[in-house]
Amino acid sequence: MSSEQKPFVTDDTQVQTETRDARMAGADDRFNSKLREAFGSSPFILTKFDKFMNWVRGSSMFMLQFGIACCSIEMMHTYGIKHDLDRFAAGVPRASPRQADVIIVPGTIVSKFAPRMKRVYDQMPEPKFVVGMGSCTISGGPFQEGYNVIKGAEEVIPVDIHIPGCPPRPEALIYGIAKLQERIANGESSPVTVKPYELEQFGDLERDEIVDKLAAEIDEEDLVMRYNWADSP
Amino acid sequence: MSLEEQQSDDPAELESGVSRGDELADLLGDLVVGREEHLNAPGLVIRPDEVQDALFKLRDEAGFDHLSCVTAQEYEDRYESIYHLTKFDDRTDEVSVVVPTSKDNPVSQSAEPVFRTADWHEREAYDLVGIQYEDHPDLRRILLPDTWQGHPLGLDYDQDRPQIATLREHANPLEEDHRAGDSNTMYINIGPHHPATHGVLHVETVVDGEQVVDLDSDIGYLHRCEEQMCQQGTYRHQIMPYPDRWDYISAGLLNEWAYARTAEDLADIEVPEYAQIIRTMGAELCRIASHMIALGTFALDVYGDFTAIFMYAMRDREIVQNILEDLTGQRMMFNYFRLGGVVWDLPEPREEFFEKIRDFIDELPQALEEYHDMITSNEILQARTVGTGVLPPEVAKSYGATGPVARGSGIDYDLRRDDSYGYYDELDWDVVVEDGCDNFSRLLVRMREVEESAKIIQQCVDLLEDWPEDERNIQANVPRTLKPEEDTEIYRAVEGAKGELGIYIRADGTDKPARFKIRSPCFSNLQTLPEMSEGEYIPDMIASLGSLDIVLGEVDR
Repeated sequence: MSSEQKPFVTDDTQVQTETRDARMAGADDRFNSKLREAFGSSPFILTKFDKFMNWVRGSSMFMLQFGIACCSIEMMHTYGIKHDLDRFAAGVPRASPRQADVIIVPGTIVSKFAPRMKRVYDQMPEPKFVVGMGSCTISGGPFQEGYNVIKGAEEVIPVDIHIPGCPPRPEALIYGIAKLQERIANGESSPVTVKPYELEQFGDLERDEIVDKLAAEIDEEDLVMRYNWADSP
Repeated sequence: MSLEEQQSDDPAELESGVSRGDELADLLGDLVVGREEHLNAPGLVIRPDEVQDALFKLRDEAGFDHLSCVTAQEYEDRYESIYHLTKFDDRTDEVSVVVPTSKDNPVSQSAEPVFRTADWHEREAYDLVGIQYEDHPDLRRILLPDTWQGHPLGLDYDQDRPQIATLREHANPLEEDHRAGDSNTMYINIGPHHPATHGVLHVETVVDGEQVVDLDSDIGYLHRCEEQMCQQGTYRHQIMPYPDRWDYISAGLLNEWAYARTAEDLADIEVPEYAQIIRTMGAELCRIASHMIALGTFALDVYGDFTAIFMYAMRDREIVQNILEDLTGQRMMFNYFRLGGVVWDLPEPREEFFEKIRDFIDELPQALEEYHDMITSNEILQARTVGTGVLPPEVAKSYGATGPVARGSGIDYDLRRDDSYGYYDELDWDVVVEDGCDNFSRLLVRMREVEESAKIIQQCVDLLEDWPEDERNIQANVPRTLKPEEDTEIYRAVEGAKGELGIYIRADGTDKPARFKIRSPCFSNLQTLPEMSEGEYIPDMIASLGSLDIVLGEVDR
């Protein structure tokens, strides 16, 4: 090595000085975010644990890979390129219900499928959320008059967010999921309106102690599921 | 095409004065107890206990090797099964075998020994209408749950009556150990909620180690009463929205065409040439969109990734969907066709619209090149697909397989050419056939069909661009209310994205059809799954299922 040549050394001090100057002068405000303003000089966050958990839940949602009908094609588009649901922290489809915490119900539910969907929903760990996608999950949609069609997902499982459309555009689905995230982050939970199984023998009888006693004797295997509450006798 | 035109096409018939119906009636001799005329074909009435004799004769001596559809219906005084027969070599040669059965004892002989596709079709007829089939190997409900009371498309069924599904019927079949005795087989449920079943298909498999011993597809998890919906709607406007939802993978216009073609032939409506070109273009765009998702999900099944290929296919689909949205106003459920034409003309400014399509067509070869790099020339995919899921042509024919599944087995059968409609016969394109009979061939057929579709779209755009402005007639003159004459019957099919999509309509003089039967290509194609998979490894079964490209909305209807 010739002594005339200087070894190549980056001037660290120079870089640091420039960065500091840029920040102090306001030319580079990458680090002067609202978050930093809110924190002040302290590196600590003070919050309630519940609030923090709600924020975490809303910001990291694992969806169930669950396709039923037409809406699932638009759902795939929402996961896919261009719309990319992953940008909103909700884009990892899980094949197993045991790993998922949000189920999008994308399509018409018929009598044969309803118990299976209920089973899938039951397998998901708490807390779990349901997005009803499309008109069919609201009321049966265009197939409402069908003899085999369940008049909405809410006959089987509770639904947090309904997204109308036939099918809803991906933008609508993203909006619905953003709304769900907002609700979760605010700690709101939807009222449970589910009426899953009914003791067929008792129908609409008032549940006094005699009925309760008799109900206790009933074999659970005889439980039935209804899918049209409005018209049921 | 009406029956009259068909007859005048055949010079031999004109000379001799003997119609095709007479010829076939002579062939069957005493088996024929009556004659009917359907708009698409002559109808031969057969006694319910001689169905097999008649069908064997028609198949072996007259060459009717394709049982396209079985329609069952109930009249005031009788039940009726109609076997719509045609030929793979000559699609325009059709005959309907009509089998009436009495009201109090609706038993008819099964056609399953003649055509294996009759297995599922007759199960469906039993399930929905209530006709019993003697000799049928496995006559049980197919679409509705086993607990269902009554037959919903029968005349005396109250379609508003709520049914109940007991939990016991849906007990988890996996709870018990299904190992039988000393054998090493195991029972596995695949679906109805499973990422590789393309929807809500339930495949009951018995495996021995990793090999499939027995396989039974359990369908009906998306049976949303499409036929009932169509029977409740008026011909003119209320039926058209439903076809979009049969094959919902953006094949909307292809499906709408099936209904449009049938109803137009039924009501004798002539569609203007300009509208036919728009229809042809739109339909082929839909075919590209549909094949793209077949490609993406097939790669998803075989590689199991949710990444490159799936996303690339989605990218191309988004472009097609944007074009279709410009044309029809909707991304998926177009409702764009009307009887006698289309609902509106191309969007303005037209140049911009054509430019958009041209850009897409120009970039398509490069995109396909990319797919070939990633998929077909990939060693892993070849190892998984070449030589697996073999479906010999005779088996495919016997099951009534059509579309890319049949063409992947070397059957040169495409309704766009063989029973031409729309503007296809004026254009320059080829039917794609591969004779490998395996999963790889079916994939190749779809990829090459995309190229052919692009060729068709290109020519349509050229034609539309030069079309004189004052001759842009998008809609024929159609009466406000259509009331086809009583007892006119017609069965017509088009080449949907998955194969032969047929519709049978019987008119009863009102503005609504008395019977509306959908012949779904996926329903027949799915029947071939046990043939392809039994004795093979279970991952090959998943690949075969992916290569069939079923859509459950169409299987279950």
